[in-house]
This record gives sequence, structure tokens and C-alpha cells, in this order.
Amino acid sequence: MTNMTKSSPTPTATDGTPFLEVDNLKVHFPTADGVVKATDGLSFNLERGKTLGIVGESGSGKSVSSSAILGLHRGTNAQVSGEIRLDGVDLLSLSNEEMRLRRGKDIAMIFQDPLSAMHPYYSVGVQLAEAYRVHNNVNRKAARTRVVEMLELVGIPQPDRRYDAYPHQFSGGMRQRAMIAMALINDPTLVIADEPTTALDVTVQAQILDLLTNLQKEFNTAVIIITHDLGVVAEMSDDVLVMYGGRAVEYGPCREVLTHPEMPYTWGLLSSVPDVSADTNARMVPIPGNPPSLLNPPSGCAFHPRCTFRDEVPGDLCTTVLPELEPASRPGHLKRCHLADPDRIYAKQVLPEIAPDLAKEA
Amino acid sequence: MWAYAARRTAIGLVLLLVLSFVTFVLFFAAPVDQARYACGKQCTEEQIAVTERALGYDKPVYEQWGAFVKGIVAGRQFPADPEVRAAAPETVSDCAAPCLGYSKLNAKTVNELIGDAAPISIALALVAVVMWLIGGVSLGILAAVTKGSIVDRGIVGLTLVAYAFPSFFIGVFMLKYVAIRWELVPLPRYVSIEDGGVFTWLENLLLPGFVLALLFLAGYVRMTRAFVLESLSEDYIRTARAKGLKGRVVLFKHGLRAALTPLVTMTGLDLAGLLGGAIITESVFAYPGLGLLTVQASNAWDLPTIIGVVVLAGAFVIVANIIVDIAYAFIDPRVRLG
Repeated sequence: MTNMTKSSPTPTATDGTPFLEVDNLKVHFPTADGVVKATDGLSFNLERGKTLGIVGESGSGKSVSSSAILGLHRGTNAQVSGEIRLDGVDLLSLSNEEMRLRRGKDIAMIFQDPLSAMHPYYSVGVQLAEAYRVHNNVNRKAARTRVVEMLELVGIPQPDRRYDAYPHQFSGGMRQRAMIAMALINDPTLVIADEPTTALDVTVQAQILDLLTNLQKEFNTAVIIITHDLGVVAEMSDDVLVMYGGRAVEYGPCREVLTHPEMPYTWGLLSSVPDVSADTNARMVPIPGNPPSLLNPPSGCAFHPRCTFRDEVPGDLCTTVLPELEPASRPGHLKRCHLADPDRIYAKQVLPEIAPDLAKEA
Repeated sequence: MWAYAARRTAIGLVLLLVLSFVTFVLFFAAPVDQARYACGKQCTEEQIAVTERALGYDKPVYEQWGAFVKGIVAGRQFPADPEVRAAAPETVSDCAAPCLGYSKLNAKTVNELIGDAAPISIALALVAVVMWLIGGVSLGILAAVTKGSIVDRGIVGLTLVAYAFPSFFIGVFMLKYVAIRWELVPLPRYVSIEDGGVFTWLENLLLPGFVLALLFLAGYVRMTRAFVLESLSEDYIRTARAKGLKGRVVLFKHGLRAALTPLVTMTGLDLAGLLGGAIITESVFAYPGLGLLTVQASNAWDLPTIIGVVVLAGAFVIVANIIVDIAYAFIDPRVRLG
């Protein structure tokens, strides 16, 4: 990271309202078979310079929600409701043209698979320059200078020569760096990274995450990182939001949620993480069953058909009543679960199985 | 790239040789006395025998084919038999390389016949290709962006209806109404650019060109629609929108760019097929192009003319294939020739 040419933008004055505020966001897709509720009442906040990790299985509504923030559902038949306030402006009330002008400038997105996310017929440099010129009235030469500067910033060697290379001529890691450069080229205040390291091998993953963290510090960007990898969340996030069936099921400070999870789905996610340094007696326990249908979600708590702890809840609460997202036993931590004493169950039944060493310490 | 082009050209030449040989064999396998046809109905047996010698039909197939190939490379003289030429020097006609043969029926070399007919077919094909490309691509894009709506269904349905009507029907219909009854365009007859200027040339080509284009329009509308829809569902389109590009730029610069690649292939091959002559359209409008020449030659068993047209049409298709494959490397940076 040499040649840092950009100075950090000054943080916005804190007047009490968060920088990004998503309130009761719903994204519904009407289909011939009924309404698919991909996101159903999602709320979260994010400050500048902070990172929110959104975790969940495929089809839990992670990507759909972030596309809604970027306004990518406009022009489709998706029904988006709720409020998305960025720096006090409700993005959902903007016109299509006003939203387009913010897209790529104020809010940028880093996509999962940079090979398919970049156009195969245009060179990497041209695609980055296009992203710059759409929001900056500069000539080709100035755009090229800016692109080369960004490519260098993200650690691409010989950026001036690589400008004219096509995406297929880049390695996976280099493509993802170029993708990050493209997202950051207009100094966005909010960056959404949609599984930025999923397509990469582990050694490159670490480099890309480091790069993202450094650039975030440099530009004081708010980052939403979407992933199913709890390791990535643990390393990157300040806050974590666990999604299931289009809803938040657990939300709180990263450290808090990962060390004292209170929702059986989060336990399941933690149990599924392989850890090379763990006790050899530790087991990896997969979550039984499949993600729920968003067309006909299960009654009550959407997780109940797969939940191995629903017998601990008296009566048929789990199958009939959707639990509210309410404060957990510790401050700042929200959970959506009927279990009366989740801490005790986690310590007694889950932890000894997945991390015997931690259970003994406790 | 040059090595690739050279290799493809060599393969193409071999293909043409095979093509001409197969045509020779096919015509000799037919139970028809070529010389009797060439000589005419009133000929005596002796006259037929003389005709047979004069045209070289008395020789085995491979010798005739050899003489044909030699004529292409070095040119030849007709009548084919040297003794016949010596006996009647006033009937000898020269045919310079690349000589495609001599049509006794028309008393002209095949090169002259093709030289007269080819510009007409090429003009017709070019006018048609421009019409169906403009119509097909723009209607295809419109159908793609209005997918599922009444506009989309209307476009796809109407072009399909137009496609379902045989072109001789549409041709005669157009002639009768557009040209004769409503007098919107002059009754089409071929006028070369030298004779009538570009405007008259084009005006006379409008109707036959349209009838020919209509035949291809439906296919191009559906292909364009499918390719654009496929391209618009790609991840890089989402990236383009996420950059904040205008909808127009996303559609044309990013969406259409990828959709055009397969269209280039189709257009190249369809155009090459048409350059060999549009048989039905040329017959309906009495345009003396390669298509009409082929029909007349086939009816009269005019073997040299048929072989000449077949080899030429084959050459068009082979050359178009090579050009399309090379063009691919320029259109798609991922393609490497080899």
C-alpha cells in the first residue's frame, strides 16, 4: 500500500441519526405461484467507517436486500417497501434518475464472481474508466490516469500495462482487486461487498480482506459485507446480522453475537465452521434440512422445521407464533427466538460438542 | 492469424474440388443423355455424336473433371475436343482462367453467364440483408426489452405469420398490389447502376429485396430477442447498472455487444447462401440473377452452367465461413485462432 494519494474524507457530523438506516425493508416478488417474500421486514443501522456483516444461507435474502439498497430492483416487478435512509435521504423515494446518479458514486458494490461480473468484451481498464467517467466529467486521458492510480492502489502490478488486459487474462485474485478498484473509484461512502472472497482460494481471501479493511480505514467507508463465512465476519465486522428466510434472526455487535449466540440457527452456523486449530474432539454439526421456501414459509418461526431445540419451548409456540426480534440477555444484542434460556442451552448442549476446549474454560 | 487463414483457405480449396467432383458424378449418374439435350430435338444420331465429342461428353467423368479443374487454373478452349476445334476454327471460343466451362445452350462461356447474373443476385442479397438486419435487430431488441408484453407478442407473432407465407405468394401479392394496383414502386426490373444511377437501381430492388428479407426477418427477430435476453440476464449487466450507467448505455453498450456476436455468424452464412442466387424471388420478379440462371440450366440439363454456379455458390459459403471465423477473434477477445 504505497502511493496513497487520496486523503480521508471528513466524517459526517454525528447528529444522532445513523449514516445508513434500513427500516422495515421488504422486497417481494410477485410470481405466478404467489408472492415470494425474499426480504420481509429487515432493519439495521450502519455508521461510516464501520462494517456490518450479513450472514445467512443461500436464499436467505442477503443479496436481494443489498440489491435493494443499490436500487437494482427498479425496473423489475419487485415490490420494495420500507425505508432506506443514506445520510438522511430516503433512497426509495428518489426518482430512478436520482438513484442512478448515486449508484456507483455514493453506493458501490463489489460482486462475488468477478469473471462473470465483468464484461468479457471490454478491457478491465475501459470498464473501470467507464465507472469513473459516468460520474465525473473528465476526458479519456484523465480517466485513464485515475484508473491506473486505482489499480496501483489495490496492488495490481504494472497497472499501466494491465489497463488494456481483458478480465479473462487476470487471475482470480487480480480480478477481485480490479473489481474493488472499480467499486472504490468514485470514493463511495457505502460499499456493499457481496461474498467478495467466495470465488477465491484461501490465501488470496486473506489478502483481499486485508485490502478491503485498509481501504475502508483510508476512506472512512461504511461497509456491508455479505457472506456465509463466519470466519470472514469475525475478522471484518463490527456488527453482525444473521438472516434466515428473509428476516433478521440475530443482530448485534460481532463479538457479542459470535461468543454468546442465542438463536439455534446461529448455533448451527457456528457448528458448521471448520477450524483447523480446534480441539480434535470438536465436531462439525451440519444444520439438518434445507432453507425454507420463500413462497410458502413455515408457520410461526421460519426455522422451526430444522430446529433441534424446539422441544425446549413449551406448547406449540414455535409452529404458531413468529417470535419478535427482541433484546437478548445482553445489551445491544437482538434475537428472534422463543427459547427462554438460550445461554444455558448453548453452554450445556452446543458448546461441549463443537468446541470442547471452550466449554471447559467456561 | 495469417497461418490460420492460410490453412483454412487450403481446406476450402480442397472442399471446392470435392464439391465440383460430386456435382460431375451426380450429373453423369442421371439417366439423361446430355448431348441429346445440348443438340436439340431435331438432331440425328450423327449430329448427337458430334455434339458429344464437341462438348467432351464422350470422355470418362474423371477426364472431364480434370479438364474442368485445369480450365479453372489455366483456362481452356471450346469445343473441348482438339480435332473438332481444328475442323471448325470459326466455332472456337476462348475461356480464360478461371474458366468455369462453356454453355452450348447459351453459346457463351459460363464465366460470361455468371458475370451477367452475379451482380443482380449480389445486389438483391445486399439490399435484403440490410433490410432484414435493420428490421430484425431493432424489432428483436424491442421485443426483448418489452418481454412478455403485447408489443413483444405482436412482433414475434407477426414476423412468424410473415415467415409462414411462402415467398412466391408474398412476391406475387406485392407485385400485384404494391407495384401494379397501388403503384407505390415501379414494376421491378433490374437496372444496373451504370444504366440508371443508384436511385433507380435501389428503387427497383426494394420490392424483391423486401420479399427476400421477409423470409429471414422472423428468424433474426427471434434470435436477436433470445440473445439480448440472455445477455441482459448476465452478471456483467448488473455490474453495469451498479456503476450508475444510463439504461440506454447498459442495453446497447453492454447488452447488445455480447448479443451481436452470434448474429454476425448467422448473417455471414445466410448472406453467403443468398449470393449464390435467390431462386424463388428471382423467378417471381423475373430477375435474371444466379437463381434464375440455375433454374433455367437445371431445366435444360445445361451441365457446365450448373457446375459453374454450384462451385461459385460453394466458394461463397466457404469464404464466408473463413471470414466469420476470423472476425470472431476481433469481436470476442477471448477467442484465439488456432
